[in-house]
Amino acid sequence: MDLKNKYFYVLTLSSSPHVHGKNRTWNLMLDVIIALMPALIWSIIAFGFRALTLTAVSVAACVFFEWGYRKVMKLDNTIFDLSAVVTGILLAFVCPVTLPYWVIIVGDFFAIIIVKQLFGGIGKNIINPALGARAFLFSWASLMTTWVPFGSKPGIFSTVDAVTSATPLEAMHSGNLSNFSLAELFMGKTGGAMGEISAMLLVVGGLYLVLRRVISLRIPLAYIGTVALLAFLFPMGNDRLVWMGAQVLSGGLMLGAWFMATDYVTSPVTGWGQIVYGVGCGIITIVIRYLGAYPEGVSYAILVMNCCVVLLDKIGVPKRFGLVKTGKEAAK
Amino acid sequence: MAFSFFGGVHPKGRKELARYQMIQPFRANTVVIPMSQHIGAPCKPLVKKGDQVLLGQKIGDGQGLCVPVHASVSGTVKAVEPRPHTNGTLVMSVVIESDGQDTLDPGIKRRTKIDDLTPEDLIGIIREAGIVGMGGATFPTHVKLSSGMGKVDTIIVNASECEPYITSDERLLLESPSSVIAGTEILMRILGLKTAFIAMENNKPETAAVLEEALLDHPAIKLVRLPARYPQGAEKQLIQAVTGRLVPPGGLPAAVGCAVFNAATCDAISDAVWKGMPLVRRLVTISGDVVMRPMNLIVPVGVPFIELIEIVGFSRNPYKVLSGGPMMGAAQFDLAVPVIKGTNAVTVLGENNRYMAKNPHCIRCGKCISVCPMHLMPLYLYSAERKSDLEELKRRNLMDCVECGSCAYTCPACIPLVHSIRTGKQKLRDASAPPAPAQPEKK
Repeated sequence: MDLKNKYFYVLTLSSSPHVHGKNRTWNLMLDVIIALMPALIWSIIAFGFRALTLTAVSVAACVFFEWGYRKVMKLDNTIFDLSAVVTGILLAFVCPVTLPYWVIIVGDFFAIIIVKQLFGGIGKNIINPALGARAFLFSWASLMTTWVPFGSKPGIFSTVDAVTSATPLEAMHSGNLSNFSLAELFMGKTGGAMGEISAMLLVVGGLYLVLRRVISLRIPLAYIGTVALLAFLFPMGNDRLVWMGAQVLSGGLMLGAWFMATDYVTSPVTGWGQIVYGVGCGIITIVIRYLGAYPEGVSYAILVMNCCVVLLDKIGVPKRFGLVKTGKEAAK
Repeated sequence: MAFSFFGGVHPKGRKELARYQMIQPFRANTVVIPMSQHIGAPCKPLVKKGDQVLLGQKIGDGQGLCVPVHASVSGTVKAVEPRPHTNGTLVMSVVIESDGQDTLDPGIKRRTKIDDLTPEDLIGIIREAGIVGMGGATFPTHVKLSSGMGKVDTIIVNASECEPYITSDERLLLESPSSVIAGTEILMRILGLKTAFIAMENNKPETAAVLEEALLDHPAIKLVRLPARYPQGAEKQLIQAVTGRLVPPGGLPAAVGCAVFNAATCDAISDAVWKGMPLVRRLVTISGDVVMRPMNLIVPVGVPFIELIEIVGFSRNPYKVLSGGPMMGAAQFDLAVPVIKGTNAVTVLGENNRYMAKNPHCIRCGKCISVCPMHLMPLYLYSAERKSDLEELKRRNLMDCVECGSCAYTCPACIPLVHSIRTGKQKLRDASAPPAPAQPEKK
């Protein structure tokens, strides 16, 4: 008689849609991790096994701090979205391989707790956690600028300074080209921060992310293009093209442009906002490299532009549907 | 076609489940016919408990924005009382127990020619037949026609069927293209137009071939093949894809000279005008990833969902039963709800489709913006709704949202964006004194 009692199913109610695509935060983050692997392998080739252990310590510390904070504050566990893993890898990548383990753990604490969790966790932070931590770690400036040459392999537990060497950018800071050829810069046969040295492998990783539709080309192209253009226009007395190539391929630009500036949380969501953001990063990078006291400007450029994202999101807001031609009022 | 709409997603079609199932009739024992199966004022019942009714007899009618409802079986009225409806509420319904005879109402007569009928006569026939938009929006067709007369220069028959699983329009066009074409020609006569478009996604090649052959005798009607992309069949997006015109915010398609009719609606119009048959049954696809034997059935209006899903069988436990497709369908909690005029499918999904996050964290990836066909920024709508910031919701054109679900489909954080947007719309409606009725979109 009464149909609804004829069968009993436990049915779930929710708003549509009732199916979902393949995108998940964790698999986007996994793609980022995969894209960073070539550069990690190269840094192991370049600087020995310590590159791997330092990265592993950094990742473990980030995940621990993320888990611990959420546990202590009785919040939901977010370690499985893998964003803490990405932060751990990126922070290790911008540090020299000789950095003592305790320093990078301090950096991980700063990245996860101060920069990310105190603002509300994933999605709420204003600046990129890895870059914020890097800026903080310059409190130990000498440790953070101890660069060993390519191929020198400090022991896993050694904290003794190896032979230090000048990075390409340090030479360029005073207006001279370094001894490295463009091919060596492109391949990454130089000293420098662990994950930054091989432009080629970082571009490969970046293009993988583009192919996987994790990131768009807007930010990397706007950023690298601006740096290239400004370097070309103001070559500081060198051959324009070589100078431009050296500026683009040296330092943290590739890692910054493909992996740091494209961080979803701290970059604009609109197309034009992303382009302006990339251009802004490029201008600040060149200004710091040319005029600043420190030879590298990528991290500070991105941090400054991170803080502008709230404004940049107001650029390029999609035009209201149906108001294409007459749309004066569509702007606001 | 040189035009297309912005954004959209590509959900797995899963049409192969029901695509090759012939249309079969379904015989009803008892039907529950709600008095409200359209947008507008509900009907008043014209019968009472104990009355004998005939198939096609008018059993409810009303004033204003309203179309009549008819008995979908012949038999005895068992009750006139509120019953569960697919919209989640209790709606006054007429319950009829079938006598199994399907005796036709004597008022229903075939017409052999319609040339002497004026457009007004035809619109009257369409109203009396109780015809509404059968893609799911259930807007009364006669109102669309009479308000569109003189303004409309393009008729688009919507056979795109972009929702996954649903194949009812596809089967209809495959098995009786002539009926849809006849309905389209009636629409062209009413609106005084020489041409019309039938829009179809290019993932139905066999049906397109059959239709193209049928259209050889009807050069005035053109088949438009569109790339398969959800929500191709949403009214505004379809108009954009076929004509390049953009329906203004809050406007109706007639504002840009377009009128969109679902293929099933055209079929019903042809039945009403040529056979005199009111809208008493419709094609329903019963499919879903846990359904063992997906089917396309001609179902009398008023058949409870439970009777339909018990004949298809399940491979796993059902998790959700939807009236409509998985992108825009409404989840049902009571399977006594009946098939109504707008029910194009009953979709049964399994547990593996559970995805919504308990504690969603937006990572600002911006994917929702890049898929929104209405050019909105769902992530900001979400945050504004969470804060109940009504000014911000208005400024970001919340009411433009057609609830197609593309944003929630693509969101990596699995945020229930459509749910949030609906909540936001309700908050806006609650806040403004005269509630503005938003017309839901066709699928």
